[in-house]
Amino acid sequence: MSDNGPFRLSAGGRLIDRAYQLPFRFDGRHLRGVQGDTLASALLANGQLMMGRSFKYHRPRGPMSSGAEEPNALLGLGQGGRFEPNQRATTTPLVGGMVTTSQNAWPSLDWDIGAINNLMYRFLPAGFYYKTFIHPRPAWKHLFEPIIRRSAGLGKAPTDADPDKYEQAYGFADVVIVGGGIAGLEAAKQAAAEGKSVAVLEQTAQFGGRTPTDHADGQARIDALVAELSNLPNVQLRRNTMATGLYDHGYLLAREALADHDPNAGIPRQRLWRIRAGQVITATGALERPLAFAGNDVPGVILASAVRDFINDYAVAPGRRIVVVTNNDDAYRTALTALDAGLQVPAILDARPNATGPLAEEARKRGIRVLTNSAIAGVKGHKAVEGVKVCDQTGSGTVREVIDADCVAMSGGWSPVVHLWSHCGGKLKWDDAKAMFEPDPNRPPTGADGKGMVLATGAAAGDLQVAALTGAVDEQPILPVWIMPAQATRKMRFKMWLDFQNDVKVSDVQLAAQEGYQSVEHTKRYTTLGMATDQGKVSNINGLAILSGALNQPIPATGTTTFRPPYTPLTLGAIAAEARGDVFQPLRKTAIHNWHEANGVAWEPVGLWRRPYCYPKAGESHSDAVAREIRAVRSGVGMLDASTLGKIIVKGPDAGKFLDMMYTNMMSTLPVGKCRYGLICNENGFLTDDGVAARLDEDTWLLHTTSGGADRIHGHFEDWLQCEWWDWKVYTANVTEQWAQIAVVGPKARDLMERLGGMDLSPEALPFMGWVEGDLGGIPVRIYRISFSGELSFEIAVPANRGLELWDKLQAAGRDLGVTAYGTEAMHVMRAEKGFIMIGDETDGTVIPQDLGLGWAISKKKTDYIGKRAQERSHMTSPDRWKLVGLESVDGRMIPDGAYVPAEGHNANGQRNTQGRVTSTYISPTLSKPIAMGLVWKGPDRMGEVIEFTNPGGEPVKARIVDPVFYDKEGTRSNG
Amino acid sequence: MLTLTCPYCGIAAEETELQPGGEAHLKRFGPGSSDADFEAYLFARKNPKGVHFERWRHAYGCGKWFLAARDTATLQVFGTYAAQTPHPTPEIVAAIRAARPDWQPDWATTNATSAESPKA
Repeated sequence: MSDNGPFRLSAGGRLIDRAYQLPFRFDGRHLRGVQGDTLASALLANGQLMMGRSFKYHRPRGPMSSGAEEPNALLGLGQGGRFEPNQRATTTPLVGGMVTTSQNAWPSLDWDIGAINNLMYRFLPAGFYYKTFIHPRPAWKHLFEPIIRRSAGLGKAPTDADPDKYEQAYGFADVVIVGGGIAGLEAAKQAAAEGKSVAVLEQTAQFGGRTPTDHADGQARIDALVAELSNLPNVQLRRNTMATGLYDHGYLLAREALADHDPNAGIPRQRLWRIRAGQVITATGALERPLAFAGNDVPGVILASAVRDFINDYAVAPGRRIVVVTNNDDAYRTALTALDAGLQVPAILDARPNATGPLAEEARKRGIRVLTNSAIAGVKGHKAVEGVKVCDQTGSGTVREVIDADCVAMSGGWSPVVHLWSHCGGKLKWDDAKAMFEPDPNRPPTGADGKGMVLATGAAAGDLQVAALTGAVDEQPILPVWIMPAQATRKMRFKMWLDFQNDVKVSDVQLAAQEGYQSVEHTKRYTTLGMATDQGKVSNINGLAILSGALNQPIPATGTTTFRPPYTPLTLGAIAAEARGDVFQPLRKTAIHNWHEANGVAWEPVGLWRRPYCYPKAGESHSDAVAREIRAVRSGVGMLDASTLGKIIVKGPDAGKFLDMMYTNMMSTLPVGKCRYGLICNENGFLTDDGVAARLDEDTWLLHTTSGGADRIHGHFEDWLQCEWWDWKVYTANVTEQWAQIAVVGPKARDLMERLGGMDLSPEALPFMGWVEGDLGGIPVRIYRISFSGELSFEIAVPANRGLELWDKLQAAGRDLGVTAYGTEAMHVMRAEKGFIMIGDETDGTVIPQDLGLGWAISKKKTDYIGKRAQERSHMTSPDRWKLVGLESVDGRMIPDGAYVPAEGHNANGQRNTQGRVTSTYISPTLSKPIAMGLVWKGPDRMGEVIEFTNPGGEPVKARIVDPVFYDKEGTRSNG
Repeated sequence: MLTLTCPYCGIAAEETELQPGGEAHLKRFGPGSSDADFEAYLFARKNPKGVHFERWRHAYGCGKWFLAARDTATLQVFGTYAAQTPHPTPEIVAAIRAARPDWQPDWATTNATSAESPKA
């Protein structure tokens, strides 16, 4: 039997198969477990009781539980990209070849230098950060913070990308039952009989919960129920599926472990279910509470139910001499189980004045010493239990006797798992007799219909024995015991752990109360009680009971902290699932995308689009390429893929009237065949988009928006049409993707266009700000003569499926003209040379058109447009507004991006006053000098003045205020 | 993650299909309005704990704006209805009253007139 480990029992083990041995490593040691083990049971079987160190004092830690609530036995799991910190050994199934490491210990788990904190406990009380590291001030930054940062955090984050796959799925069911114990399975049977679609989510690999362990015929009952449900077409049973959070209107998240820790399974590691549940039934059971006695954190002090589980489920003895300490009857089952397994139980210490229930009687009959009004005054041993000191529960800890033991099985009672009930607003009530918070059925979380959407059942509802289903024997009532013994000395309270991972003790919570903390939420944050990776599953009730005692108020007056999802930690992999790498977001491609890619493009993301930033040639930097592209356009002809520009059709008898409301200028008077630049503001008056409108016929306009603005502006139009002027006869359509758009730009643009033939593109036939339709080189097009560069420019709209064909024809026809594809950066620089604004550069959501010298695009005749009233507010008409100007560097240095112009004095926050900032700044290849635009206080009135821009790390940059149009002020070039 | 039923296409839409639009039944104040009226229209939004009327757009569905009456605390939805209504419909009012007998409509005072079209 030693093959299975020295602490493996010779018989039993409900969940293990001894025939299959699994090798694994722990801190470099080679160990063996068996099929069906958890990491915790395998380590215990090998005699490895100590599995980690606590966070603050580096105290030795062994497992305390056998389930998801485990605060102590947290391991680093795996290697490389598959490394995961803080994995609970009690819920991690053992897989052959696993590599595991202990945490928070250096140089080794057995001999840890950080344990020196343990000797300093008097100087590290609750809130010690807030008290200790205040003076001297500079010491915080240079001394305290670096040290605290190095010791902060439990476990290490992996450094490599996670190679595993994850997926998400949607689920729907009339009734979702969380918890596959006897209460959950019975609820499923009942709901299924009513004809409902039912899903049962069980967090572990086995159905049954505690029933098979705690009741003689439990396994048979569960097996029969599972067999019955498996045959029903309207029932789904899912094991290894942890319901992590319940949200509005029955939205439930659950994580299904498909191939956890088994990278060779060839399937996704985990699946995140996004379930919409008609009703949720929580059959989540209850968690056992520790008792607060001195030394309750020594490895080998284990929850009574967990001791029972290790023996029954895994045939592992957590110790050979087990002392049981309890305030309730349930822990007697552990004593009986231990006896059945051939282990010794030298005593049961019962805090109650008498123990007369059937379980106590049976224990006495089996020869166990049952000591009532008894408590533990202290635990002998440091890295493992060596014995317990026994005292009266009602006294102050005078030791009556010392009992040799290597394990303490403790039970402080049970707390229903109310997390899902509470996530979405369900309220709890305190039951004095049962000493527990349980769901208040009169105040459930409500769904869309205003009725309760969650029903708690079984132990999760406070019915701990589920006697109606399990046939459990009668139990004598629990005695609430929050401190053991009741009159414990100060010294003892320094050794009574509440939060085992974060090292929060009874003394810390009492100190917080003494220092004036009354709210349980504040006390939690001050002491860090319940803030560890287990989120206080075993510590919170004990903690708030201690706080209530210290504040001299009943427990319900203190209340609980807020329960928040997830119930147990979710991996980021499951949350992201397939949304990573190439499929992180959808990618929008123009019709000409592949040509750009084949021609050395450097991409720029614009919303979900990819636009060419520039096309660097071999050896060229991006700025070299941009300069070359600009010179080619200004001296010859260039081509820009402008397909991403938003294109919205507005049509109907009232379209003109409607557009007059949407734009600051008059659109209803635009003649058919003409184009007009327009501005769109929001109701706050701020400029949000701009673009060229073209009137296609009497009742149809085509509006261009910015590339990122198409959906937003279309939505803006629809909002006003549907919600304000719903009686106006107007339709809109976003046709952005129906058209490819190609700008042919430069002095030789007309020459190139005419080579394709088929259309008269003379200035007479197509004047500036006009448009025509026709066949260009045999392809149907609409050509707008509009210019964003200041050059002669044709923007050709072509059905998207022929965009690439037209682009290729133009490229071929213009080869001898040196036709050059240019990108967004060349476009940006050229528009800045011309003093044209760019939404998002010159505007930031606080800028009105009047700030930008665009008064000419604001109709004086119209009585109303969106934003007009706001632009009349006193702040908007103030002469003190910052306004757009050009900026010319005095010494030839470029103004840094984002630079500000300081002004005299300081504001109310002690920050330097400012009087302007730069909004666009470039080196102009055309003018061979830096150019910039900016918003400056009273800027247009200060022409010629020199102002200084901040320049972090260097001398301020001086610039002269000038006209924003740097190039071709007369505007003759756009005529070709 | 609310679900709201779009009154146009009848689909029980997930919140991820919807675009929120803030308080419903605002009366627009344009040029010529007083500073106080305009300020109230532009900035002063109700934020009640309880019955509230909201604008939602079935943005990733039929594209229509609609209105919803719901309780911001319990998340009960009393109903959804067309955006082209100056006030909650009698059916919506009845549904709210059925669940909240003490609730009183407040549009007699704050929304005295219906949303009118400005004369452009």
